[in-house]
Amino acid sequence: MGRTLAEKVWEQHVVRRAEGEPDLLYIDLHLIHEVTSPQAFDGLRMAGRTVRRPDLTIATEDHNVPTVLGPISDPVSRTQVETLRKNAAEFGIRLHPMGDAGQGVVHIIGPQFGLTQPGMTIVCGDSHTSTHGAFGGIAFGIGTSEVEHVLATQTLPAYRPKTMAIEVKGELPVGVTAKDLILAIIAKIGTGGGQGYIVEYRGEAIRKLSMEGRMTVCNMSIEAGARAGMIAPDETTFAYLKGRPHAPSGDAWDQAVEYWKSLRTDDDAVFDKVVEIDASTLTPFVTWGTNPGQGAPLGAAVPSPEEFGDPIERAAAERALEYMGLTAGTPLREIEVDTVFVGSCTNGRLEDLRAAADILRGRAVVTRTLIVPGSMQVKKAAEEEGLDQVFKDAGAEWREAGCSMCLGMNPDTLKPGERSASTSNRNFEGRQGKGGRTHLVSPQVAAATAVTGKLTAPADLAQGR
Amino acid sequence: MEAFTTHTGRAVPLRRSNVDTDQIIPAVWLKQVSRTGFENGLFAAWREDPSFVLNNPVYQGASILLSGPDFGTGSSREHAVWALQQYGFRVVIAARFGDIFRNNSTKMGLLPVVLPSDVVEKLQEAAEADPAVEITVDLAEREVRLGSESWSFEIDDYTRWRLMEGLDDIGLTLRHADDVAVYENGRQPWLPTTV
Repeated sequence: MGRTLAEKVWEQHVVRRAEGEPDLLYIDLHLIHEVTSPQAFDGLRMAGRTVRRPDLTIATEDHNVPTVLGPISDPVSRTQVETLRKNAAEFGIRLHPMGDAGQGVVHIIGPQFGLTQPGMTIVCGDSHTSTHGAFGGIAFGIGTSEVEHVLATQTLPAYRPKTMAIEVKGELPVGVTAKDLILAIIAKIGTGGGQGYIVEYRGEAIRKLSMEGRMTVCNMSIEAGARAGMIAPDETTFAYLKGRPHAPSGDAWDQAVEYWKSLRTDDDAVFDKVVEIDASTLTPFVTWGTNPGQGAPLGAAVPSPEEFGDPIERAAAERALEYMGLTAGTPLREIEVDTVFVGSCTNGRLEDLRAAADILRGRAVVTRTLIVPGSMQVKKAAEEEGLDQVFKDAGAEWREAGCSMCLGMNPDTLKPGERSASTSNRNFEGRQGKGGRTHLVSPQVAAATAVTGKLTAPADLAQGR
Repeated sequence: MEAFTTHTGRAVPLRRSNVDTDQIIPAVWLKQVSRTGFENGLFAAWREDPSFVLNNPVYQGASILLSGPDFGTGSSREHAVWALQQYGFRVVIAARFGDIFRNNSTKMGLLPVVLPSDVVEKLQEAAEADPAVEITVDLAEREVRLGSESWSFEIDDYTRWRLMEGLDDIGLTLRHADDVAVYENGRQPWLPTTV
């Protein structure tokens, strides 16, 4: 019987297999940031252990960093960043600190450097590590104990998750993006739907996505409960990788591509679960609640808790509406927001900024609007295209690279009761600041919303600018 | 890691689903570089509400958390596990757990127990009716007991053994350092390094 893509990549990385034990899996790339690593390095020191493969490890400062120029004002955040610098120096790990041209959100810089390649195993102490699966590898988030384990051994003991195919049939209509697609998928299968699975996204609509769009889809796999999401590599993948600093070159490139082409699910392979979704019926999608599964098409209204048959879901909806300050039956397009955030590992890449700029060009924003590039390289590329000027002319704030308002660990936060339209990945209670209310949207919807002050699709905007 | 064999204690009914790790420990608490002091951050936002169940003095000292489904979804922060443990919890019982949270728990010796929703509901009702009632979670027998009733739960043999012995995963893996070295010699030549 044939094998799925996930099975092929997994098997390639098994160091040791023994009856009644988890597989010992080799890790090709370990990404590190300041928040989930300090206790892991402490653990190494206490046990007198070293980092086995600093040359397969890379660190960046992203979660805590301010997105305005200048030092970190919060002393606790500053200590955390300084701790990472100390640890990277002590253990010989490459670090991209604040202000460095290579600095950025950990899941943006891996692909940008060409370090993320098909068929690899990639981990990071961050749940959105699933992003890297867009290149056809197995990439998943781990906790600090596992970070320490990977530092010490470059391996992880793990049971292979089950496999799920999400078949996306048809084509996405014009104006409907990868973000809308993944939000619709999460609403369909639920926040627990992917628990215990590696998801492979397949089908025509997926093949037609750019690498940026594929990363957006895989990024939010964790919001459906799946630790990893992946997409088989193809010409789009190879074209993205070719010429990047850490991509293979010369004969090694040809050798790699030949292998990468074998990284696809065999026709006779069987998934443990298959979910189908029709892309052609989708429209811009937004969330109304406090988990990423509580979403609906922008054209819909805030649902009534009574619409949910399951009593647990009904209670969750009631609580979400109360927290969000929303009334059932209100059209989603009438929800007014105070802040728009464009950025994060979900939607902080150049393509996302271009999409937002296309809508804001020649228009003015009526909300506080933060545009935060995912990396310093994205920032530079955007500035070379003049996107920063488009944003500034529209009245938006053009910031330095970082995680920023996605999780509000730096000063970019919502105040209690404030409402955002955000291109990030989590609408949890308090995620963007205590008492803040988050609606997850695509960069296009975020930009259009900044223009009107209410949740808006670009198609709703008057043609005149 | 603290070994876990069997534990008997009082329980807190947390009647919420999708308790994500941002609720368990908000991001502002993640700036610490130590492994201790997270108990005050546990459910920090919810604890500001005087009616929140953990603020009810009758549940003080409880060591088993009974949650709705999808506990520990979202962020990979192990701080969520540290906060629960440092507050005094040894066990969380729910119908479903976020995969990363569940993994992190078993690395630290906090036992995540999966039981069907109706059983969790029954345990919650019992803890609400009598907050002094004690529940036993027996890892050796893979069983949860309340009064004369008992329910078995699943956990793989390896994780159970590791928890019962309180073993450090890294130490176990380092026994196989030779296998790792052999594997490394056979890696594909084009794979990148960060150098």
